[in-house]
Amino acid sequence: MSSLRKSLFYRIDGVVLLLYTLLVIVGILAVFSVEHRASDALIMMNKSYMKQLVWFGYSLLFGMVILLTDSKFFSSFAFLTYTAGIAVLIITIFAGVDVKGSRSWLGIGSFRFQPGEVAKIFTSLAIAKFLSLPETNFKTLKHRFIAVGIALTPALLIILQNETGLALVYLCFFLVMYREGLPNTVLVIGFSVIALVLATLLIDRKVLFVVLTVGMGIVAVLMRNTLRRRWEPRVFLLSIWFVCILFSQVAVPFVFKHVLKKHHIERIYSMIGKEVPDEYDKTMVAGEEKKGNSSEYNVLQSKIAIGSGGFWGKGFLNGTSTKNQFVPEQNTDFIFCAIGEQFGFFGSAILLILYVSLMLRIIYIGERQRSAFTRVYSYCVACILFFHFAVNISMTVGLAPVIGITLPFLSYGGSSLMSFSILIFILIRLDADRQVLIR
Amino acid sequence: MAAAQNPRQYIISFIFIGVASVILLRLFFLQNFESKYKVLANDIAIYKKVVYPPRGAILDRKGKVMLSNTTIYDLMVTPHNVPKTFDTTQFCEVLDIDRATYLKIMERVLTRNIDVRQSSFMEQLSQEQTAKFQENAYMFAGYELVERNIRAYENASAGIVLGYIGEVSPEMLKRQRYASYRQGDYTGFSGLELEYEEVLRGQRGVHYLERDKFNRPRDPYKGGILDSQEVSGRQLDLYLDADLQAYAEKLMQNKIGSVVAIDPQTGGILTMVSSPTYDPNLLRGRDRAKNYAMLYRTATRPLFNRAIQATYQPGSTIKPMTGLIGLATGAINPHFGLACYGSYNYCGRPIKCEHKDAGHAANFRLALAHSCNSYFCHIFRLTIDYSKFESVKAGVQVWHDYLSAIGFGRQTGVDIPFEGSGRVPDSAYYDNRYHFNWNSCTVVFVGMGQGELSVTPLQMANGMCMIANKGWYYTPHFVKAIGKNADDSLLKKYQEKHTVLNIPDTTFSVVQQAMQDVVESGTAIGAKVDGITICAKTGTAENKAIVNGAVIKMENHSMFVAFAPRDNPKIAIAVAIENAGFGATWAAPIASLLIERYLKDSVTVKRKPIEDKMMNARLINKYVYTIDSVSRLHDAEVYRARMERKRIADSTRDANADVVLQRWLNKKLRKK
Repeated sequence: MSSLRKSLFYRIDGVVLLLYTLLVIVGILAVFSVEHRASDALIMMNKSYMKQLVWFGYSLLFGMVILLTDSKFFSSFAFLTYTAGIAVLIITIFAGVDVKGSRSWLGIGSFRFQPGEVAKIFTSLAIAKFLSLPETNFKTLKHRFIAVGIALTPALLIILQNETGLALVYLCFFLVMYREGLPNTVLVIGFSVIALVLATLLIDRKVLFVVLTVGMGIVAVLMRNTLRRRWEPRVFLLSIWFVCILFSQVAVPFVFKHVLKKHHIERIYSMIGKEVPDEYDKTMVAGEEKKGNSSEYNVLQSKIAIGSGGFWGKGFLNGTSTKNQFVPEQNTDFIFCAIGEQFGFFGSAILLILYVSLMLRIIYIGERQRSAFTRVYSYCVACILFFHFAVNISMTVGLAPVIGITLPFLSYGGSSLMSFSILIFILIRLDADRQVLIR
Repeated sequence: MAAAQNPRQYIISFIFIGVASVILLRLFFLQNFESKYKVLANDIAIYKKVVYPPRGAILDRKGKVMLSNTTIYDLMVTPHNVPKTFDTTQFCEVLDIDRATYLKIMERVLTRNIDVRQSSFMEQLSQEQTAKFQENAYMFAGYELVERNIRAYENASAGIVLGYIGEVSPEMLKRQRYASYRQGDYTGFSGLELEYEEVLRGQRGVHYLERDKFNRPRDPYKGGILDSQEVSGRQLDLYLDADLQAYAEKLMQNKIGSVVAIDPQTGGILTMVSSPTYDPNLLRGRDRAKNYAMLYRTATRPLFNRAIQATYQPGSTIKPMTGLIGLATGAINPHFGLACYGSYNYCGRPIKCEHKDAGHAANFRLALAHSCNSYFCHIFRLTIDYSKFESVKAGVQVWHDYLSAIGFGRQTGVDIPFEGSGRVPDSAYYDNRYHFNWNSCTVVFVGMGQGELSVTPLQMANGMCMIANKGWYYTPHFVKAIGKNADDSLLKKYQEKHTVLNIPDTTFSVVQQAMQDVVESGTAIGAKVDGITICAKTGTAENKAIVNGAVIKMENHSMFVAFAPRDNPKIAIAVAIENAGFGATWAAPIASLLIERYLKDSVTVKRKPIEDKMMNARLINKYVYTIDSVSRLHDAEVYRARMERKRIADSTRDANADVVLQRWLNKKLRKK
């Protein structure tokens, strides 16, 4: 109870604040390195890095306001803000500004923001509130469905806004719920399905067959005692193997060959930056000219930028690919290329370590709370960060489909930076009152 | 706290670390093992810009610029920056083009390049277009003038010496010399521009620039540390006297022929004219190809450098050499005389001499001064039949060796390309020509500069240097210093003194004295200049043209060789004017005017009428054009006939093939 007597300033978690600031500064420098020309002046208000700096200022200002707010405010108003957020998302579907085919932006005068980004905050607070309610029993199926509903309603609305990538972020709340008591199988099945889908797309069919079979063999050898004694595990293992094979060897080729149209297949493969394999290539039959897809081009350019960085990188302001606009969406979705190209593997690894440290620190913070509300909220923040981080960097190196989600703190963009800042500052505010029971 | 023991926090942490590790592993392979991305990144983003340094200037002996660079402009357009309200009508008016042309050019620009990149709209604008555009430039956003260097010939003279440059052709690129050139580079095509190409062009600079995805060059790559700086071309200082050159070209106007003047003490060429001359400024810029074709088609062939490429029978101008060799071998002595009464009759048919009066060939001095044909035919025979040599073959060989040493019959090695070598017949040549059946009478004409002998005007002038210097010469050359350095290794070979004739000075003195008499009391009395001791020899060379197989005797070539002053010679000169008549009438006055102009800087009032007469004389005969068109028609006829033969051969082959096919078809049809 001694820490309660200290002032708020001493109760703030310095590590999170430090990592947050570091990442934002790295982001501003990355945007700067992409935009700066040797002939330009350092301060140019029309450049993105200056705008980002201004957004950082606003974020800090907002952070101060949040820090001065009572911590009980967030839990008390969690459902209210969630409801308001849902309302705004619905409004956006109809009143949204059309940006590149998606209606996920809301314009008020010259100011534009993406409610989908901000809705993550409300959803996190709402989930935290719901799971920490004394009457909630997360072991019952009913409450589990309610929690899933809270998480997926915004996602559904965002899909209706035609911004699928952003909606996928809401899947990360399953990880939070797993922490709070969802069965292990959910996690295992979830990850297995993702792994299987990615592997089917990324790895050659015949190679995958061998990998799956060998994998099953290894598992069988490891579990040989269990398998010898009872027959159920044998059937279980065989059926898993069979389902995997069925999916990757029969179902996917069948769907690709007979169900999906040419442009669907191209879209799927271009999202992971690969060319359509010959067996699914319907252009061959039609005898049409093959033309590069924009996402495919993005990923190729992104790989060129990152791959050309080498171990030590080309040096600050020497990124030839990023500086000269070869990588599209340079400042936003593909900002990681700037780091990869200019600072190489070394710099990228340090950046990854910074991110992982931040996420682990947030989990640590979550686990040291007295109140479940703050704990669940911490996990929400960590998982949102994780999803953004993992998917964004994976898509720049061609490991995941290009689904247009930002790299937290680094990507240029007011909505993104503000919403992540707010997430972090609410966390810091709640953590400052970790000895208080917040309901 | 119970929650602290929850194992799932570790599972989630493990997932975070695991996924991050997978990404890290992927990055590790991507950034350290896949080198193709580095190559690709450089390919797409680095632009190699070649910077051409200014070509070296060429200066005359007094430091006057003869050839340098000037700036012209290309008009560039960035279609993206051209406003929608662009006034096309006014623009077309300024450039003096019509709207259709404008649209055609714009279409070409837009199909070749994306609209944010600058493309060339019109190359090498005329001065008028440039001036008009610059006045109105503020109205034409998106358009810009870009500088470009081209060569500038200061006073439209000496084109044949300076040469010209042009774009290197694909055939040239295959040769070793042009290994470092690329398509579109400029290189010397003739004259000094070709000979000193490596010196004049300097060294190209390569600048590495980053470019963006629109292919627009941006910042220097890596701050420019990989760049190599361009090195300007070096300047050439010539021996050529620009004033004398211009004066000589003026004297030679409306004549076909050439003038070569050499400083005997250095071998430096003071003047080289091949008339008719052309304005070298025609052979640059965007009209080069058109003008070249025009000059090439001209009947008088101005592109043909007669001073080094044309070979003439030297006529009487060979006589000092004939005498020199006769004296040197000991076949005659200076007091040897011959009684000539207008013809030489020792060899069956009479050889005509211009003089009939008795005693005009009483000794060597008189014979040379009066240019007695009989005398020199005779001493030539005496020389080659000289008892010291075993046979006439050996004698001809000795004579050939002497002339070779003087520089006849071989390239002098002057520093402009495509030099002709002329011909000095040796015994093998005569054996071949007369089937071993010849004697001194068969070849007697050579002694008076006719027959099988032929020389270039440059060789004639170089021969004069030899006599002026009493036995030595420097290889004739133009360049005094390269980049202000007179000891450049390229100039080594021109600084070597060639002492080739082992003849005592007294013998030279005899010949020089006789040549002095030529001007003072002999055939070239009109070439006399007060206050300058000129040694000279006139020549009137008979010549024939072969037109459509018929041999036609043409008007004589007017020839003149000279050097002055006799002691401490400063200029040796050879003038050849085709089909003009007597050497004393035309070539001699022109040479003496040039000598006077060079040694005294001006021509005295007394000689102005001669100067006027020479400048205004029109000595190009009409039949030059006739012969030219006849020979061109002949060439065209030959070409047409060859093509016709080829066509007939082709069609015959096709017809044969048709016949075979027809037969085969018939056979098939019959079977059915």
